[in-house]
Amino acid sequence: MKKTVIFGALTVAGLAAGAAAAGTLDDVKARGKLNCGVTTGLVGFAAPDANGNWDGFDVGVCRAVAAAVLGDPTAVEFVPTTGKTRFTALASGEIDMLARNTTWTFSRDVDLKFEFVGVNYYDGQGFMVPAELGVSSAKELDGATVCIQTGTTTELNLADFFRANNISYEPVPIETNAEAQQQYLAGACDVYTTDASGLAATRATFENPSAHVLLPEIISKEPLGPLVRHGDNNWGDVVRWTLNALISAEELGVTSANIGEMASGTNNPEINRLLGTEGTLGEMLGLSADWAKNAIMAGGNYGELFEKNIGENTPIGLARGLNAQWTDGGLIYSPPFR
Amino acid sequence: MTTLTDPPKESFRLSMLIYDTRYRSMTIQAVAMIGFMLAAAWLINNTIVNLNTLGKPIDFGFLSEPSSYDINQRLLDYNSRDTHLRASLLGLLNTLVVAVLGCITATILGVLIGVLRLSKNWLVSRIMTVYVEMFRNVPVLLWIVLAMAILIESLPAPRAFRGEDATASMSFFDTIAVTNRGVYVPEVLFSRSLGDVHFLGTSSFRFDVSLDLIAFLIVLGASIFAVRKVTARAARIQEETGERPKTLWLNIGIIVVPTAILFAALGFHLGYPELKGFNFSGGTHLRNSLIALWLALSLYTAAFIAEIVRGGILAISKGQTEAAGALGLRPGKIMRLVILPQALRVIIPPLISNYLNLTKNSSLAIAVGYMDITGTLGGITMNQTGRELECVLMLMACYLIISLSISSVMNWYNNRVKLVER
Repeated sequence: MKKTVIFGALTVAGLAAGAAAAGTLDDVKARGKLNCGVTTGLVGFAAPDANGNWDGFDVGVCRAVAAAVLGDPTAVEFVPTTGKTRFTALASGEIDMLARNTTWTFSRDVDLKFEFVGVNYYDGQGFMVPAELGVSSAKELDGATVCIQTGTTTELNLADFFRANNISYEPVPIETNAEAQQQYLAGACDVYTTDASGLAATRATFENPSAHVLLPEIISKEPLGPLVRHGDNNWGDVVRWTLNALISAEELGVTSANIGEMASGTNNPEINRLLGTEGTLGEMLGLSADWAKNAIMAGGNYGELFEKNIGENTPIGLARGLNAQWTDGGLIYSPPFR
Repeated sequence: MTTLTDPPKESFRLSMLIYDTRYRSMTIQAVAMIGFMLAAAWLINNTIVNLNTLGKPIDFGFLSEPSSYDINQRLLDYNSRDTHLRASLLGLLNTLVVAVLGCITATILGVLIGVLRLSKNWLVSRIMTVYVEMFRNVPVLLWIVLAMAILIESLPAPRAFRGEDATASMSFFDTIAVTNRGVYVPEVLFSRSLGDVHFLGTSSFRFDVSLDLIAFLIVLGASIFAVRKVTARAARIQEETGERPKTLWLNIGIIVVPTAILFAALGFHLGYPELKGFNFSGGTHLRNSLIALWLALSLYTAAFIAEIVRGGILAISKGQTEAAGALGLRPGKIMRLVILPQALRVIIPPLISNYLNLTKNSSLAIAVGYMDITGTLGGITMNQTGRELECVLMLMACYLIISLSISSVMNWYNNRVKLVER
């Protein structure tokens, strides 16, 4: 009799564990905290500030998702990951989503079994060299020593670029951006290559940024975006539409400043649907009606996040370029909220 | 008169498996074995089922696909179009290089420090104590990172060697360049080289063997054979006449002259490093990642080996030293001829495990960007293909094979030096 009880309990526990593993959204709600994978530190995108609070463009996406799901933008556990550890962390369930300037590629989407929910930064791989070297093109880099972050697409692009141009190089594989910075500044490598946005962010932290130049060549397409595990479509939808909500908000002119006013109802039905005063979009996602409002209030809309963290008025000083709204000639485009 | 009575025939009952002490232990073992195998089977089955659900069944096919990445330190020819398998092989060779270099250096340093720690000179023995305590009580990863940081930050970059007002210059009559990207030393070149023999065609395991090297080894082997003959003859003459003929110069000649003739025939010359473009070219490039890893691993392991050597020496009774002293041997000879050969028997077994530790610690190489097998197979390949389980399994198999090979070689050596007991 007793044995039966024990086995029964074990079975129930097993089933419960199985059910819990199935829904990331329920897991996050039950935990009351979102586990979000970010970089180990790239100023502007994700880096802890002096008080240990994570801040940045990618961090903003994490906070928006936490706000949408849990109503609290601070309910995030940031898990720093390196280029090497990020996919294992996501695949194993250690993190619920990864917002770590990760390039959307075919094999990562299909073979590695991840789901890219969208693109929050259109980037490309560039090269940074000290100005004193007098190099003006990446094709002049024959024989150079190049620092690369290992486990990234840049590693593969680099091999292809030098091979295609029939020039040689000496790769120095590095784990994190901080180590790359140390080696580059000490002159242990001539060139540092990674996504152009990352180079700009890294250069902004140098003592003398003007002593370093970014070469004109952009040798690859690097659409960076948040991703989740393959197979949990419900959770994928939540992250995808939170990102879209931030993008739509900018397009519709909803900002963190005027959102309180707009949330009480406007003449624009799409804004009303987005902010939950009309329709049941939140309910369809399994979230509260004001999910998008919370997400936007967390750090502002897409444009606000961009300007605050990496925009032209920050030390990183990235122009919107490809990352402008489609209405301004950029590629940032959200499907309609309908 | 004796009568034989049949012993009562015992019938075997199932309950005896538990209550009969003759069978009980077997029963327990059988049950434990079955339990263990069930647990293992459940784990393996669980893994396979879950991987299948995830759509990632175990598959080693990725090994034959192009790796698409470059490796800086290459012992065999390799480019980014070669397979993941070949990239792993290159990583494995890099692991072996640092392990072998590390074991040799750690042993030499360790023996030296262990002996010096027993020195009667107060200052020397104290310095060695500080060394041992400092190195073995700080994690090896920190030593590796520190060594790398020192190499990068304190040495001049190649561009400091350039121009009229160069702030750095090459050492040893302009033959060796010490930079923060590594040390460039002259390389051996032959202008009338015999060439290479190519093995295994275009497979992932292809390799070249230099005929120059083979020729050199043959000549050297023949020379050593001749030296042994000369030494044996000297010993025979000593046996017969009591007077040993001087063989030193003859032996040196036998070793040096044929090799020198061979080198002259092959057109031996040195290739010196030279600053060209961004980097030095020519010569052999010892990358700073290799140097940092090698240095840190040797210094760290040497601290442990020193303690083992000290323990081994202390295990030899003092009477041995005194007896040898009474026979008129000087302290250096006592150590070399009497103490160390006996201490070796105590030293070898723990030494094996330190060699194994050093080899396994070399997997920290990624901290300094040294492309060992953890960096290639367990790093980039795993990351780019997403085949975590397969890569980790292969990685474990590689380290297991390396470790078992080291211990079997060392066990063979241990059996040779150990006391013959009757």
